[in-house]
Amino acid sequence: MDNATKKLITDAVGNQPQSTVTVLSSLLAVEDAIGYIPKEAVEAVAQRMAATVNDVWAVATFYPNFRFDPPTEHRIEVCWGPSCHVMGATGVIAAAQDALQLSDEGDTPDGKATLRYNTCLGACSHAPVMAIDHHLAGPVTPDSARARIAASLSAGGRH
Amino acid sequence: MTTTAGTEIAGTEIAGTEAAGAEAAETESQFDGILAEANRRWEALTAGDAPWVRVGTGLAGEAAGGFETLAAARAALDAQGVKANVSEVGTLGLCFAEPLLDVQTPGGPRVFYQNVTPEMAERIVAEHVGGGNPVAEYALGYLGEREAGPEGIAHLDDHPMRALETRIALRNAGHIDPSDIYQYIANGGYAALNKALTAMTQDDTLNEVRSSGLRGRGGAAFPAGVKWGFLAGNPDPDKYILCNCEEGDPGAFNDRGILESDPATVVEGITIAGYACRANRGYIFIRHGHNQPIDRTRAVIAQAYELGLLGENILGSGFSFDVEVALTGDSYVSGEETALMEAIEGKRSMPRFRPPFPAQVGVFGQPSNINNVKTLAYVPEIIARGGQWFADIGTPADRDNGINGSSGTAILCLSGAITYPGLVEVPLGMTLRQVLFDMAGGAPNGKRMKLLQTGGPLGGVLSASDENLDLVLDFDVFRMAGAILGSGGIIVADEDTCAVDLTRNLIAFCQYESCGKCFPCRMGMSHLLEILERISRLEGTEEDLTLMRSVGENMQAGSLCGHGQLGFNPVSSALRYFGDEFEAHIREKRHTGDCPEQVFSPRLTRR
Repeated sequence: MDNATKKLITDAVGNQPQSTVTVLSSLLAVEDAIGYIPKEAVEAVAQRMAATVNDVWAVATFYPNFRFDPPTEHRIEVCWGPSCHVMGATGVIAAAQDALQLSDEGDTPDGKATLRYNTCLGACSHAPVMAIDHHLAGPVTPDSARARIAASLSAGGRH
Repeated sequence: MTTTAGTEIAGTEIAGTEAAGAEAAETESQFDGILAEANRRWEALTAGDAPWVRVGTGLAGEAAGGFETLAAARAALDAQGVKANVSEVGTLGLCFAEPLLDVQTPGGPRVFYQNVTPEMAERIVAEHVGGGNPVAEYALGYLGEREAGPEGIAHLDDHPMRALETRIALRNAGHIDPSDIYQYIANGGYAALNKALTAMTQDDTLNEVRSSGLRGRGGAAFPAGVKWGFLAGNPDPDKYILCNCEEGDPGAFNDRGILESDPATVVEGITIAGYACRANRGYIFIRHGHNQPIDRTRAVIAQAYELGLLGENILGSGFSFDVEVALTGDSYVSGEETALMEAIEGKRSMPRFRPPFPAQVGVFGQPSNINNVKTLAYVPEIIARGGQWFADIGTPADRDNGINGSSGTAILCLSGAITYPGLVEVPLGMTLRQVLFDMAGGAPNGKRMKLLQTGGPLGGVLSASDENLDLVLDFDVFRMAGAILGSGGIIVADEDTCAVDLTRNLIAFCQYESCGKCFPCRMGMSHLLEILERISRLEGTEEDLTLMRSVGENMQAGSLCGHGQLGFNPVSSALRYFGDEFEAHIREKRHTGDCPEQVFSPRLTRR
């Protein structure tokens, strides 16, 4: 791991603005800073919180929003909660899988994008909803989902 | 933040200032100075020489493209050299009309434009903001004096989604800049806290909430005053008030809607709760990643500290209270009150054994009290207007028939197959039919409304029968009908939806979100899902129904929290109302709606 990333981790864990600092808040701060939880971050959090590495892993693996290897350039999330399901999320998920040439959630083989299922993205009035690089869109159709994914992939790096 | 040609200005509205001032006028208090400044800013914003443009950028606004519309409006103002104040606001509740952009010219009515694309924003800026001529063809309605309305535009309150509303918790939503506490104060905000701190004892404050009959809006509908009394009676000096916005219920977006539209009402509410319960710390608990509610809540908390409305010796009263935002990772169960405390402590959010109850041993081992966002959002108005005022809204008690009375309003989230999806606040006592048909326009495209999924996935389903549509919004009436009014989410499905397929989706959600602590829930959900997938593939047998009932009984008996205890509700309610569809799948090997060809139910076992 390069020193720049190490510094990002140290800063994220060390400079949390809120007064209640916990294992979970530290992990979320690392995720916000670098997009994943490497083992160096687990160690940094354990040290900061006077916890064991085991304790930190236990928390990190419980919450499915954490990933443990570097993120791809684009994060594509599709909601499958009941509002979105009723409005056609199954077709949107199939289209997203097809556009990314995946058969399930996960990273594309070229490492450019990640497909994630989400149980509620929070904009149920606009079901079915998807989010590309944390930007919500909805209602989407299988075709518009495909078009949005293609546009984000061709736009290059994240943000 | 509200901006004027790049510089920040704060301002606020006029409409609801009635409560402010009355109590404060008696003593020349610290609050008077804050209120005067808030009013000065609001005047500058609403009665100055520049129009005010507001754009909805809540989660629904964002999904519809609100940020693109906002950027286009700003660019057009710059390009055309038009001077105006621009604010981001939360949701007005009319989600179907997002992106919503409205224009208030000095002294003129406020005109709302619906589904505003960037191109439409350019034209609105040129013709209305710059030229003073509303663009009637894009307008949804206007607010202001009825006689002075612009030609060809209807009054917004005549829209069916607004005509039957009574707004208490949502009183400021869509009207004020949620990141600007002065706008909240100029609209009556913090008058209640000032009144409590200067004119009421802690017990008076608690009694006002008791007399309001306010029942918790998180799902259990327990009387808030009674719950607060448990904490108030605990002599420990270090006590916590927790505000739960872990709104994992798909189809429920009212808590986030309040926090992204008017977080200050919740911050004021939790401070009043702290005063009434003699507590000293508060947490507002939100899921990581929901940026508008998080950022806007943090912004008003910081401003409240600056103004002496939080922290040491609030408004010079001697009462001290601290509030911060605590974040959780993705976990539905962390909305359960003891799991929530585990998450605040930074652990895996799994429920605890009870007793001890939170009022004795809560977060960090200290006495605690958990309230839903909506519950706390009502508190300032209850204190400002009195408990009796709130108790007079809603349904009366009829204890002989098991009805305890439900006071106040229901804040309902309408999604799915409905003409006007959105967020409405209506008095309890209205019928489902009034909400779903008179207000929200029924199912679109001439389809028949078939079922309702209320109160989150664990609430199960109701058929949209005449009998059920006549149910009045009342916590006990719903409970007796086998449903949960709960958090207020109503997902509507039309005739195309297969009841078996939706049940499978609900159980897939419950399986995915089981925290894994209690094996009857962890294993039971997986078994139920396997069986429902089998039935969905037309491979189910008669024994599967018996097997599901047996699994459901075990889950109910052997789980620590509602996730397992209520986890069979989706299946039992679907069997009750749509048993014939299960039989069609099992006996006749026939689908009963537009079932997706491929059954999709992601699985997760929390490690």
